[in-house]
Amino acid sequence: MLRPRIMPCLLLKDGSLVKTVNFNNPSYVGDAVNAIKIFNGKEVDELVLIDISKKDIPFDTIRKITRECFMPLCYGGSVRTIEDMKKLFQLGIEKIIVNTLLFENPQIIEKAVKLFGSQSIVASVDVKKNFWGKHKIYRHSNKKTLDLSPIEYIKSLEELGVGEILLYSVDKDGTWEGMDIDIIKNICKNTHLPVISCGGVGTTKDIQDSIIGGSSGVALGSMCVYSKKNMGVLIRFPKQNEIEEIIRNYESM
Amino acid sequence: MIGIVDYGMGNVGSVESMINFLGYHKTKIVKSPEELDLVDKIILPGVGSFDNGMDNIIRSGLRLELYHQVLEKRKPVLGICLGMQLLMQKSEEGDLPGLGFIKGECKKFNFSDTKLKVPHMGWNEAKPIKSDLCKKDSRFYFVHSYYVECQNKEDIMLETNYGIKFTSGVSKDNIFGVQFHPEKSHKYGMKLIENFINL
Repeated sequence: MLRPRIMPCLLLKDGSLVKTVNFNNPSYVGDAVNAIKIFNGKEVDELVLIDISKKDIPFDTIRKITRECFMPLCYGGSVRTIEDMKKLFQLGIEKIIVNTLLFENPQIIEKAVKLFGSQSIVASVDVKKNFWGKHKIYRHSNKKTLDLSPIEYIKSLEELGVGEILLYSVDKDGTWEGMDIDIIKNICKNTHLPVISCGGVGTTKDIQDSIIGGSSGVALGSMCVYSKKNMGVLIRFPKQNEIEEIIRNYESM
Repeated sequence: MIGIVDYGMGNVGSVESMINFLGYHKTKIVKSPEELDLVDKIILPGVGSFDNGMDNIIRSGLRLELYHQVLEKRKPVLGICLGMQLLMQKSEEGDLPGLGFIKGECKKFNFSDTKLKVPHMGWNEAKPIKSDLCKKDSRFYFVHSYYVECQNKEDIMLETNYGIKFTSGVSKDNIFGVQFHPEKSHKYGMKLIENFINL
């Protein structure tokens, strides 16, 4: 059967690897190409790379990565045009993650889906609880939330034709305190699209909970680049036997 | 010389990088019928829709040359993902006929269970029915919504379970196809590509 995917989610800023907390305060954690080579050596299922510099797409870095890494790579950050996407696919990127473009130019997304297939376009969806504890879709570019409910928003993305959702919890990002399981369950139950959830993983149990909650994939941030909460930088990944245990527990459900 | 056919459907770079990484540097990106004549083995990768793929193969003049090189000169060919589907006679995804090297067609996954998402995307196991390119059960990365159904059982090389048991690899004489992406499947994919190179 299809295995749930567990993958690192790495952030790039001005050519370096960084990690955020609640989408803020990016701190330097190392060299991106080296780190990704390590994850390739660990044979991770897939890798998510997001450039948060808000500048040009770092094509050179991406080229260095795709030449030596033989795993599915998803890239997001500053992708604006069909030409950008073409170039990324040519370099060996599997899937392109879009976020701002979904709000600003959904026509491009429709066009991209027609040209490259829905499986190659991932919609990144950032969720945040409001003052009353209600889940809202957060728009990073203007720091506002949408009036649309998360489910309505996901439905609109299905209509656009994207092939996958990267569900990112702003509140949980970098906290190590466990994932926002309620929103994961709610969204997975209401969409036919595969969902990769991200934000808050601190233990392998958190990964398992998310998979049992319906995630097709779980992306790990801090846990891949720090040894522990508030501790030093360490490029790491759950061991193969830990992953097998998660999958066994999920399959026996 | 290994020729990797570039007919405008997805990236050919990853396949070439993997072959080079294996220490084999005689690769050529093939875009025209003349170039196809220069290589000993052919890899037909591809991501995208069936008709779009066939249309590009026809317009680049590669279709007739592929018949010549594969059926008459019997050069080994490996179709990957869409490239494998194009080896078949037709697909529910499009109206154009495929290359028809292998008898059968491509059908769409159709599940009532919402837990079974389409596309079938991620790592799944392929079990060798024939050991041409893959000797033991291995994990590979899949991304597809259509699957191949062979008319002749003896053409099935690999099988995978996803809601149903489907054909994830085909082989017939010098013709091979895999539904997954060996170029994105770590050492498992590398082994398969190596086996093809060493045929």
